[in-house]
Amino acid sequence: MDALNITNGDIILEFIYLLSALFFVAGLKLLSNPESARRGNLWAATGMIMAMIATMILHRDGHGNSIQGGNLVIILVAIAFGGVIGAVIARRIKMTAMPQLVSFFNATGGAASALVALIEYSNPENQSAIVTILGLVIGSIAFSGSMIAYGKLNGNIRDIFVKWMTYVNLVILASVIFLIIFILTSGMPAESKQILVYVLLAIALIYGVSFVMPIGGADMPVVISLLNSLTGIAAAMGGFIYQNQAMILGGIFVGAAGMILTILMCRAMNRSLINVIIGAFGGGGAAVDREKGVVKEISATDLAVMLNYSSRVVIVPGYGLAVAQAQHTCSELDQLLEANGVEVKYAIHPVAGRMPGHMNVLLAEADVPYEKLIEMDEINPDMPKTDVAVVIGANDVVNPAALDDPSSPIYGMPIIKVHEAKNVIVMKRGMGKGYAAIENYLFYADNTRMFFGSAKDSLQKLVNEIKAL
Amino acid sequence: MESILQFFYTNKEAIFIIALTIFLGLEVISNVPSVLHTPLMSGANAISGVIIIGGIILVGHADLANLGDASNLVNLILGIFALLFGTLNVIGGFVVTDRMLEMFKKKKK
Repeated sequence: MDALNITNGDIILEFIYLLSALFFVAGLKLLSNPESARRGNLWAATGMIMAMIATMILHRDGHGNSIQGGNLVIILVAIAFGGVIGAVIARRIKMTAMPQLVSFFNATGGAASALVALIEYSNPENQSAIVTILGLVIGSIAFSGSMIAYGKLNGNIRDIFVKWMTYVNLVILASVIFLIIFILTSGMPAESKQILVYVLLAIALIYGVSFVMPIGGADMPVVISLLNSLTGIAAAMGGFIYQNQAMILGGIFVGAAGMILTILMCRAMNRSLINVIIGAFGGGGAAVDREKGVVKEISATDLAVMLNYSSRVVIVPGYGLAVAQAQHTCSELDQLLEANGVEVKYAIHPVAGRMPGHMNVLLAEADVPYEKLIEMDEINPDMPKTDVAVVIGANDVVNPAALDDPSSPIYGMPIIKVHEAKNVIVMKRGMGKGYAAIENYLFYADNTRMFFGSAKDSLQKLVNEIKAL
Repeated sequence: MESILQFFYTNKEAIFIIALTIFLGLEVISNVPSVLHTPLMSGANAISGVIIIGGIILVGHADLANLGDASNLVNLILGIFALLFGTLNVIGGFVVTDRMLEMFKKKKK
């Protein structure tokens, strides 16, 4: 581009890219506040559309040629096609399928980055082999990893964890890094290198699969957020290829934002990112065998009375609520209780569910006002004043072993201190253990009563009982 | 090694931008209430679809007169797929984020 005369069009295009980049930043900033979030999303979308249209009209290649009519038609048709499919999926899908949908869209972004890098690698005018290769690798890992995450969240793929997979993963990762360095530094002819690039692509795709495969359960939010960050970085690599500031800035910005969210999630579990990726859960073993006590059940009628005559109730939702799709019944219970003068709040643990903020979206779908959703640190001090804490389909995030049992694998993880409430009700399907596969002494505590059954049935029974009071 | 140093030099402006952008990203995202984690992630995800610009450039400058050349044709087809995937990411991402935020909004009394 430097060798050519710079036209007004070039200047305007760069200016629009600058504007788009600013729109992205402002959009994400607005997205971080509930009041302005929707506007923020619109801003970011506007920035994107501006950059797309400007590129179509004003972009010139290294020889100064603009985009011709025939090419433009292909572009518009492809965009219209992809846009309609994307919009229809996004509009139609059930709100409960949100985690897998976010994963799916993330996969498409990774695929696009990998494809762009693959094509550009064979372009002799592209001088930046390093970023092209990195874009290819990161985009491919983000794609296949997100597809596996999609499959897991959608229930098509089970969590598979075997110890040796950790080592296999390390070997695959090492060969990816080795191949990258080899391709970049060796002086072998371009044709042979091209073949190695295909090999690299294949191994990167395999790595995405094998690295997400063993991760599951409560670690899902971390992985989803990490994959999101990778897609951003892959897009930024594409930006380097074209020296396009809007792409670089947008990509890196998303990469950094995704990374901080990933770290926040890890911190919420008191684990390091490495620990999550390698998967250190399950090895806990020698936990102290404490006095268990007896499990005490409660009947629907007793529970209905108890809740109805409380003044403060805190509901602690977990993945079980999402699985049973019981959010509407939960909201109905909440409204019934509120109508009878009971104050109902929700305590949200940062890693409850399968993606960051999962419970918030789930409850929002059931019309629970977001002011009632209280974050862990804010609600914990109020726990001793709470009459009944109702745990629905959550386990590890309310396990007091995290506070007082140094031998427990989850020791040090911040939890919602339901055990400090006057009464604790745990709704569970059975006495099974949570994702971390550790005993929860909360279930045997003196102030705990168990209410067995699937979350939806249990809540429905409860609603009927309260109506009958 | 030399190629890496060369890369740093030729891309020095971009690397400055990256360094500053990382800080900006951290700054903008820290202290986000967990209520907004999902929409934020989904919105950011849509922005990473900015790779679509690359798709537009690729397909836009593809040599349509010379499609008999196999590699040319393959590149055009791959480019169209990149565009399709990129659009799915961008449009789907923004629309689904808007839908989530709409849910948060409508309960405001």
